[in-house]
Amino acid sequence: MKLHLKIWRQNSATEKGAFERYTLSDVSADASFLEMLDILNEQLIAENKDPVAFDHDCREGICGMCSLTINGVPHGPERATTACQLHMRHFKDGETIVIEPWRAKPFPVTKDLVVDRTPFDSVMQAGGFVSVRTGASPEANATPVPKPIAEYAMDAAACIGCGACVAACKNASAMLFVGAKVSHLNSLPQGKPEKDRRVVAMVEAMDSAGFGNCRNYAECEAVCPKEISLDVIAQMNRDYASAKIKQFFAPAES
Amino acid sequence: MKLDAKIPEGPIQEKWENHKASVKLVNPANRRKYHVIIVGSGLAGASAAATLAEQGYNVSCFCYQDSPRRAHSIAAQGGINAAKNYHSDGDSVYRLFYDTVKGGDFRAREANVYRLAQESVNIIDQCVAQGVPFAREYGGYLANRSFGGAQVSRTFYARGQTGQQLLLGAYSALSRQIGLGQVKMYNRHEMLDLVLVDGHAKGIIARNLVTGEVERWSGDAVVLATGGYGNVFFLSTNAQGCNVTAAYRAYKRGAGFANPCYTQIHPTCIPQHGDQQSKLTLMSESLRNDGRVWVPKRAEDCQKNPNIIAEQDRDYYLERKYPSFGNLAPRDISSRAAKEACDDGRSIAHGGQGVYLDFSDAINRLGESVIRERYGNLFEMYERITGDNAYKTPMKIYPAVHYTMGGLWVDYNLMSNVPGLFVLGEANFSDHGANRLGASALMQGLADGYFVLPNTLPDYLARVGAGRPSVNSEPFNQAEASVKGRMDKLMSIQGKRSARSFHMELGKIMWEYCGMARNEAGLKKALERIPALREEFWQDVRVPGQKEGLNPELERAGRVADFLEFAEMMCYDALDRDESCGGHFRTEHQTDDGEAKRDDERFAHVSVWEHTGEGARPEKHVEPLHYEEVHFATRSYK
Ligand SMILES: Cc1cc2nc3c(=O)[nH]c(=O)nc-3n(C[C@H](O)[C@H](O)[C@H](O)COP(=O)(O)OP(=O)(O)OC[C@H]3O[C@@H](n4cnc5c(N)ncnc54)[C@H](O)[C@@H]3O)c2cc1C
Ligand code: FES
Repeated sequence: MKLHLKIWRQNSATEKGAFERYTLSDVSADASFLEMLDILNEQLIAENKDPVAFDHDCREGICGMCSLTINGVPHGPERATTACQLHMRHFKDGETIVIEPWRAKPFPVTKDLVVDRTPFDSVMQAGGFVSVRTGASPEANATPVPKPIAEYAMDAAACIGCGACVAACKNASAMLFVGAKVSHLNSLPQGKPEKDRRVVAMVEAMDSAGFGNCRNYAECEAVCPKEISLDVIAQMNRDYASAKIKQFFAPAES
Repeated sequence: MKLDAKIPEGPIQEKWENHKASVKLVNPANRRKYHVIIVGSGLAGASAAATLAEQGYNVSCFCYQDSPRRAHSIAAQGGINAAKNYHSDGDSVYRLFYDTVKGGDFRAREANVYRLAQESVNIIDQCVAQGVPFAREYGGYLANRSFGGAQVSRTFYARGQTGQQLLLGAYSALSRQIGLGQVKMYNRHEMLDLVLVDGHAKGIIARNLVTGEVERWSGDAVVLATGGYGNVFFLSTNAQGCNVTAAYRAYKRGAGFANPCYTQIHPTCIPQHGDQQSKLTLMSESLRNDGRVWVPKRAEDCQKNPNIIAEQDRDYYLERKYPSFGNLAPRDISSRAAKEACDDGRSIAHGGQGVYLDFSDAINRLGESVIRERYGNLFEMYERITGDNAYKTPMKIYPAVHYTMGGLWVDYNLMSNVPGLFVLGEANFSDHGANRLGASALMQGLADGYFVLPNTLPDYLARVGAGRPSVNSEPFNQAEASVKGRMDKLMSIQGKRSARSFHMELGKIMWEYCGMARNEAGLKKALERIPALREEFWQDVRVPGQKEGLNPELERAGRVADFLEFAEMMCYDALDRDESCGGHFRTEHQTDDGEAKRDDERFAHVSVWEHTGEGARPEKHVEPLHYEEVHFATRSYK
């Protein structure tokens, strides 16, 4: 196939960026989207130009590293598919494709299509864990977990932390990401003892990292490559409210 | 090079307990005087960093991705083994130990494997306590499935994302320690050299991949948990960034590299689609629980729609050749059987590389919904990549490079021959011999990080005492200068070819001559072509951009340069090992029915290679393998 590309180029976080245009021919319909960018970069290197920087690693939709906004949509047009798992057969010969980085204030551009997502890690460091020391754990089958709860926790835990949810949201809200972790841990018996503390700490960390508020646009759910449901936001809000009420009546605790 | 495996005395069941009881300890108040550098945040690195930090040591952890959660362990699909015997089907620590030694074709160190099997049960307890959402049965108890090379159900899993969930568990423990300030995390940093002070590993040189700055880090000990080197083949199931650089730099500083030729070719991956391909995608081994592998009996049927080929015209070759293990025969054996069928002209995919993995029987027996529940995400992934619906038509699969059993040599304490340098996870060589069983890498990475290193590293620290060197000392100056010199050289060539094109070419050589089947003539050819390619690389590579700031091409060029040296060592090892064992199949050494033929007289040892200078043939050292518990036997899965 032949393709026209309009790609965001930006040398560093402090410099201004702009779109540049490129044309590629002979791209196989079986190639993945990132393989298409590999071909472009090989072409640019041959022309003695600077290749396009983009993040990627596993190329199988699980590490959450790839982060491209394709024709205005984080991860592109296919439902439940990361950019690395998107294949060129979904585009038309001769089509123009616009490729941008995640556009969100908390994720500044590092270079070209690469952004800085460390605020996600900060939220996790605030409370995205069960405080258990290595070796302090009881026999695994001592606490049965009803299958529906295990399945629900797994649905939420499937989040790959790519940040598409933030990029899709007009307010750059991270509620889907944070809600997924809160729902995963708070629903399991192992996560219960720290339930209140966790949700409060994570929500506060999220706010101070500069993520915006959720206004129920639901764009996050639509672009999530792992189809995390908005239910996790509802659970987080419920848990947060209940933790705050408890805090109010027992301020010394937590 | 002195190789002392330091295997504790006593019966195998008691070695680890006795050893733990005899090692030196560091008193809790003194632990904060020590700084440990951990390179890698995969299962091995993250679990080690979190546990050492919990104990009170200061830890600095490095990874090349933008977050520790993205380490390649995240991609593991199928599961993790543990000898819990929840199915009461005869499993035990001893049986897991035995299966692993046998699966490794009697080329692993017995005492390490036994310890691994012992710790396996603690791993599951730990992960469950962290909130890892393992699959469960209706009663709420943990579910298990079977993996290759075992006749019991001992594999724990979280849908098709076991590695992800285990890594997120370790990452959460790590995050907690980062939040507490006990671990300092350095994302987007690549280790480019190891620093030795008076013969001990005391620091690293790393490049900050965002600023481009070359930085010096010192510590009381250095731990490498940097994963495997499968990407030497260019195409593999590994993530794009997986590299040999950290391990290879340590090797050049004197660490022995053990069994580099032991690589695992995984039988069930999606076949290659063309020349523009950048990676191969694994279809989890767990699929072989319900999928049946076959090719048509007649070559002329290969282009036909598989659904119309009659049952009697199909060759379920694994079931035919290995009736007792059937489709769950170990990986090396299944891969070779696929190659054999394809070499026989019965490939069902383009380029002579493909066999069927068929679920129709299982769907008829259990219903589509059960299969969807078990493997739904894998079927989806398959469809995304190939455009085919595997509920309706069999999957097409072919073997691909997946895992590397070789790695830096370590003793029982996981310390290399360089004092103070510890190596964990896929980066070391110790537990899988010449072939790793499915679901055992996750087990090993977590055993190393959660349970072994935290018991063995303190012994070293207590013996040497606290006091990391200044980063302004001479060894740091020298190491930094050599890293910078190499980068300058890479940038200054400005030739005509991209680093990637060299990597692809190297991959083809390795796949052809050092892949699923090897022989003397081929390896000798590779040993001529690799140095020639390396020379061309250093004359003609073009690295665009600057040293300052983010430059993925510079990163790639450095990794490819190391692969170009490392590949040669691999071929030397493969040539030297004049026998077949596990994943190392020398066509000269096979039984009448095409199975690997070991030579225990000459090769019941670990081959450990020592660097002897640029471009020179490395020197081979040997750690003999003594089996006290299990006896050499011809591996049979018939
Ligand atoms: C697709 C796939 C599926 C798999 N499925 C299974 C399975 O079902 N069961 C099983 O048991 N095993 C499986 N494996 C194998 C298993 O996943 C790996 O062997 C294991 O996860 C390796 O863990 P690790 O911690 O040693 O290394 P990794 O997870 O690879 O981590 C390496 C770390 O080192 C860092 N690093 C590397 N080089 C440098 C450097 N130079 N400087 C700084 N940092 C560096 C990386 O950033 C990363 O953090 C699978 C492997 C693949 C590829
Ligand atoms: S590269 Fe890993 S999810 Fe896309």
